[in-house]
Amino acid sequence: METYTFLRTLADSWGMLAMLVIFAGVVFWAFRPGSRKAQDDAANQIFRNEDKPKDDGNGH
Amino acid sequence: MLDGVKIAAFGLGALMFAIATNWGHDQAYRVHALLLTALCAAGFVWSIRTAGARQPVNVESSYMDGPIRYGVVATAFWAIVGFLMGTLIAFQLAYPDLNLGLPWTSFGRLRPLHTSAVIFAFGGNGLIATSFYVVQRTCATRLWGGNAAWFVFWGYNLFIVLAATGYVLGSTQSLEYAEPEWYADLWLTIVWVVYLAIYLGTLVKRKEPHIYVANWFYLSFIITVALLHVVNNLAVPVSIWSSASVALWPGVQGAMIQWWYGHNAVAFFLTVPFLAMMYYFVPKQANRPVYSYRLSIIHFWSLIFLYIWAGPHHLHYTALPDWAQILGMVMSIILWMPSWGGAINGLMTLQGAWDKLRTDPILRMMVVALAFYTMATFEGPMMSIRAVNSLSHYTDWTIGHVHSGVLGFNGLLTSAALYYLVPRLWKRERLYSLSLVSWHFWLATIGIVLYASSMWIAGITQGLMWREVDSLGFLVNSFADTVAAMHPMYVIRALGGVLYLTGGLIMAWNLWKTVMSEPLRAETVPAE
Repeated sequence: METYTFLRTLADSWGMLAMLVIFAGVVFWAFRPGSRKAQDDAANQIFRNEDKPKDDGNGH
Repeated sequence: MLDGVKIAAFGLGALMFAIATNWGHDQAYRVHALLLTALCAAGFVWSIRTAGARQPVNVESSYMDGPIRYGVVATAFWAIVGFLMGTLIAFQLAYPDLNLGLPWTSFGRLRPLHTSAVIFAFGGNGLIATSFYVVQRTCATRLWGGNAAWFVFWGYNLFIVLAATGYVLGSTQSLEYAEPEWYADLWLTIVWVVYLAIYLGTLVKRKEPHIYVANWFYLSFIITVALLHVVNNLAVPVSIWSSASVALWPGVQGAMIQWWYGHNAVAFFLTVPFLAMMYYFVPKQANRPVYSYRLSIIHFWSLIFLYIWAGPHHLHYTALPDWAQILGMVMSIILWMPSWGGAINGLMTLQGAWDKLRTDPILRMMVVALAFYTMATFEGPMMSIRAVNSLSHYTDWTIGHVHSGVLGFNGLLTSAALYYLVPRLWKRERLYSLSLVSWHFWLATIGIVLYASSMWIAGITQGLMWREVDSLGFLVNSFADTVAAMHPMYVIRALGGVLYLTGGLIMAWNLWKTVMSEPLRAETVPAE
């Protein structure tokens, strides 16, 4: 099989399936039960550490 | 040790570029070599004078804002240059005498100067500066890589200067939005890889467990632009002493690679990282978290999964296979969904706080930028439909579409980000004048409306005149007839440009006065 045909076939079969599965996984991850608290925390991340890095307790 | 390496590198560089100045085949190459000789000589002197200087200790307890401040100044500077060039070439189209009959000031050379100045110089500096600002604040850690951030700032602006001077001197590889020749491309590749390393390094040493969504958008911008830039610019120089090169991709493959690059420059340079700006600066300015963090995750993945396929819509009715054209069209239409999903997420952040629009002109500018984004991302998919494209393609409608996106979305959002950043970066109490922000906002908005509406009329007129045939099937209009019919619209467009440029000048003045004459912010006790 020539390279073009092989790549074309790969892209519209396994390639497409892989991307759909990854995308579905991402959507599930975003909506997974119990993620609300983590999401809210992430959304509020921008309101912390405005002026200087977080002090991690060991001097820097 | 490092000082010695720097001195040797600058010295050798100056020598090498002096030789290149002597042996160069063409004018652009020799001018660039001379410029680099001078820069290396200056770097040589600077590295000797600063050798052995003590490095500041315990820098990890503060953010690295120096390169960001420089980036903000460069953004404002290139904004004015880019807007001025755009206004000039708009007048050249209306009044061709303004080409002055000189090669260096002709439309063909100044047009890439305008596009590169606004996209890569204004937009690019704004993106690098804001990305460094956002990644530090959201990761709660200083930039990784020490002075590498300075290298990225200076290196990127050197690329801009090489590109801009090259265009004026006639050095171009004739790929739209990828005009700079091979050595400028190689240099940008080095700078970009360092930029990626800094960004990744900072994410790795973050002190917050989660990587805030804006960083995902910025990171995909850095990675994808590297990929696009390298693949589209593969070329063989005719000599290392010449600026000319031969592109690797032939014929229709070359066209497809170019528009895969070109459309994804729109996607991953002008859209994705500006959405990163939206996800940071809109919630910060509104002082409330983004409407839905879940939606932002889905927004990110759907946008980057789909955008990469849209390029073929630039090649409708060409030698590109029909299946590829239709794939590009379908993907462009599907793109409408993540585009609007993301824009709605940004706009709905103001839910319950819409009253702030009355009092906060910066927030108003952000919201109108998002409104222009929704309009442009509706118009774009519509124009990618082959039947619509047969009317719109090659006409001024395309130009109008691009400008409602870049002037409206990119220009206003970046300006709003500059208004946000300057008082914070220079630790000022407030902006010099909020009413000047309002002036900027209204001048820019009216300018965009003049621009977009005149180009709609011009584009549709052109498209209809080009396809008009008489009862015997002959074309009715010559090309020159269509050019003459455009004149009034070209004048209106240029006046829109004058308004937008005036708004930009007001912004530059306002930011300058903020830094020079506003009082320093009183040191507050940090909230624990």
